[in-house]
Order: sequence, then structure tokens, then C-alpha cells
Amino acid sequence: MMKEISLALLSFLIFPGLLFTAVVGLLAGWVDRKLTARIQWRVGPPWYQNFIDFLKLMGKETILPAGAHRLTFLMAPIIGLVGITLVSLILWQMSLHPTRSFLGDLIVVLYLSILPSLAIIIGGSASANPLASLGASREMKLLLAYELPFIIAIFTPVVVIKDIRIGSIITYQMENGMMFTHHLSSLIALIVAFVCMQAKLGLTPFDIPEAEQEIMAGPLIEYSGPPLALFKLTKAMMLFALPVFLITVFAGGMRFDGVQVILSIVKYLVVLILIVLVKNTNPRLRIDQALKFFWLWMFPLAIVGFILALVGI
Amino acid sequence: MSLKTFSLKKSIWVYHLSAGSCNNCDIEILDCLTPRFDLERFGICLVGSVRHADVILATGIVNRKCLPRVKRIYEQMPEPKLVVAVGACACSGGIFAKGYNIAGPFDKVIPVSAYIPGCPPKPEAIIDGVVKLIQSLDGRLSASSRVVR
Repeated sequence: MMKEISLALLSFLIFPGLLFTAVVGLLAGWVDRKLTARIQWRVGPPWYQNFIDFLKLMGKETILPAGAHRLTFLMAPIIGLVGITLVSLILWQMSLHPTRSFLGDLIVVLYLSILPSLAIIIGGSASANPLASLGASREMKLLLAYELPFIIAIFTPVVVIKDIRIGSIITYQMENGMMFTHHLSSLIALIVAFVCMQAKLGLTPFDIPEAEQEIMAGPLIEYSGPPLALFKLTKAMMLFALPVFLITVFAGGMRFDGVQVILSIVKYLVVLILIVLVKNTNPRLRIDQALKFFWLWMFPLAIVGFILALVGI
Repeated sequence: MSLKTFSLKKSIWVYHLSAGSCNNCDIEILDCLTPRFDLERFGICLVGSVRHADVILATGIVNRKCLPRVKRIYEQMPEPKLVVAVGACACSGGIFAKGYNIAGPFDKVIPVSAYIPGCPPKPEAIIDGVVKLIQSLDGRLSASSRVVR
């Protein structure tokens, strides 16, 4: 019993949980910054920049704004961090041991991946700042906009293989090849899920809640020091965990047998580079434009993919 | 040198505070962030909220209207905090030094750790000033302790 508990703690805190995801996530954040710099014809920061930023923020003062709800204000970053750590933990456990999958773990991952957005809403609302509450309300609207097409898109492969376990999605793809190259429905769903992931990560063109130039970092405006560091860490970890989620469901998963290791890394890098390219070549939308985009374009597209999957294509 | 100072030196987030400037120094500050000078390679980036910042880049004379705001913004900043006065007006009042509505220059209002003169200072001068400020951080991390000219 003790051994099981310590093993579970170890996998939560070190591999493949908090530490592993944090380190790879911060490195992915560096890839994002460096690529952005190269696109803008700059040199860009060194590879350890995000680690230094995190360290520095941990050493700074934490200010509690007057009028803010103490407990909620300080709990919000921890909620988001725990949520994204669990997402990464479950995904990697399923990739390493597909047989350990339990019924409905896909739903668990989907729901846990909302926690960082909820944490931003809670933290922004608790910080007693008009700009923060404006950002929180924008985050809420964005959540309503992208969550429905995202869930439908993720469930398209489930309809194709008629099983709701992540493990069986991975084993199905091991036997039959990648989901999105063999099924038109999954290709459509992948496109929808990719666009929704951009909004989930809070990157341009959907960085409306944190628009630095208009509402000054939005919900995070009152955060300083360690809580801000945790929020930045959560963002970095999302940049690692969510592409892995998409790869797991649509593109064969992360695998560790022979040449597949290199292929897994290449798959992740391709998704990451695509995210950065979309981020750097698009202007920010207004919140009403984003809502229209998701409900009028992405939602019907997701439905089309879903119907194709029901037909069996 | 503690870990705190080491990480602060490598990752300085600046907040841009314009207190009645003619906008020329502000444009030069933005110039530092453009691809030609690229301050991000030293880990310096511009942040929107003063709560996230380590350094205030202050420009302009402080006029009586914005005096309370300047004080308030300085107080809202988390420790360790530093202020850099950019431009002749921020350092000494410049050509407005005898003006009727001037409450500054900056070091009369809040502790200033580095002065970058010039009207406006070139981006090279701003980078030089920030480098000197970073070098002075080795000693003590207090805004009023060291003055770099």
C-alpha cells in the first residue's frame, strides 16, 4: 500500500507529472519565443530564459491587492497548475501503458483541461480590479465559444472506433495507422481541434482575455511574484500537454519503440511550430468576432466531421 | 551573489511610465525593442502591468497633475524595484526645469537608481544605462542605495 502511494506521488511530482511537464513546457515556451524572434528578424532569448524568468518571479514580493479575496486569489494559480499536471499525467500514463486505460478517461482529460481557464477566471474575478474582471468575462465568453466544437472534435475518433478509452484509441492507431490520414472525419476534426487549441492556449488570434495592449494582461494584472510565476508555468505546461493530447487522439500518440521515439518528437515539434506560425501571422480578433468564428464556422465544421464519422468515413 | 540577484539580472521586465513627456523618449524606448536592437536577447521585455515589472523606465517631467499617480504606481510595484530615469526631462527637468507646473524631476518624487541623459537618448545610450544598472546590482538590491551616472 505504501509503495503504491509513493509510486503515485512520484509519478505526479516527477515523471511524467509536474517536473517533467514543467521542464519540457518551459523549453517549448523558449521555442515559441525564439521562433517568434527569428520570424521578426531578431536574435531572441537564450534557451534558459524561461527558467530564469520563473526563478526571478519566485523571488519577488507577493502583493495582495486591497479588496481582493485572499484565499481565492492565492488558490487560483494552484488550481490551474494541478489541473494541467493531471492532464499531462493521465496522457503520459496512457501513452506508456495503454492497457491501464479506464472507461471514460478521455472525458476526465477534457474536463481537467478546462481547469486552467477556470483558474484564470476565478483569479481575475477575485483580484478586485476592473480590468481583471473584464479579462475574466472575456475568458468566460471565449470558453463558451471554443469548448463545444473542441469536445465534438475530440469525440469524432471515439465514434469511429466505438470506444471511449484513450488506451484503445492509441492501440487502434498502432494497428491501423494514424487517425487523421485514414479517416476524412478525423482530418476535419483535427483542424477544428487545432484552432480550438489555439484559443485554449490563449495565443493570438485568440489572446483576447490577456490582450496586453488594451487591458494590460487582463486577469493577471494584479498578480505579482510566485502566483504570477505559477500562472506562467501553467501556460508553459499547457503548451506541452495540449499538443500531446491532440497527437494522442489524432496522430498516433507518443510512442517509445525504436524509430517511433524520433517520430513522436517530430510530431510534437510540427504541431508546436504550426502554433507559433499561426500566432505570429494573425492579428488579434475582437471577442464578438471570435464568438462568431467559433459558432458559425468551427461548430458546423465539427458537426460535419461528426456526421462523417457516424457514416463511417 | 544570491540566486535572487542572479535571476533578476538575467530577466528584467520593464514597465514604461510616461509622466508628461513629449513622447520622444518613449519612441526611443520602443526602438530598443525593435529587431535592430532586440533587448529580448538579454531577457528584457516590456510588460503591461506594473505588478509584473522589475524596473520602471520613467520619462518626462513630473507635472503636478500626475505627481500622485507616479507615487502610486511606484508603491504598487513589488520588491525588488528599480527606477531608471530616461531623458533630460526625467533626469533634471530639461528645458522645463523652471516651469510653473513641474513637480519633478523624478528623483525628487521617487528613488531613482540610474539616469540616462539625452534629448532623447539614443537606444545605444539606453542599453548602456541598463547594462550599468545591472552591473551595480551586485552590491545591494535597494533602489536608493546605488546611483549610476
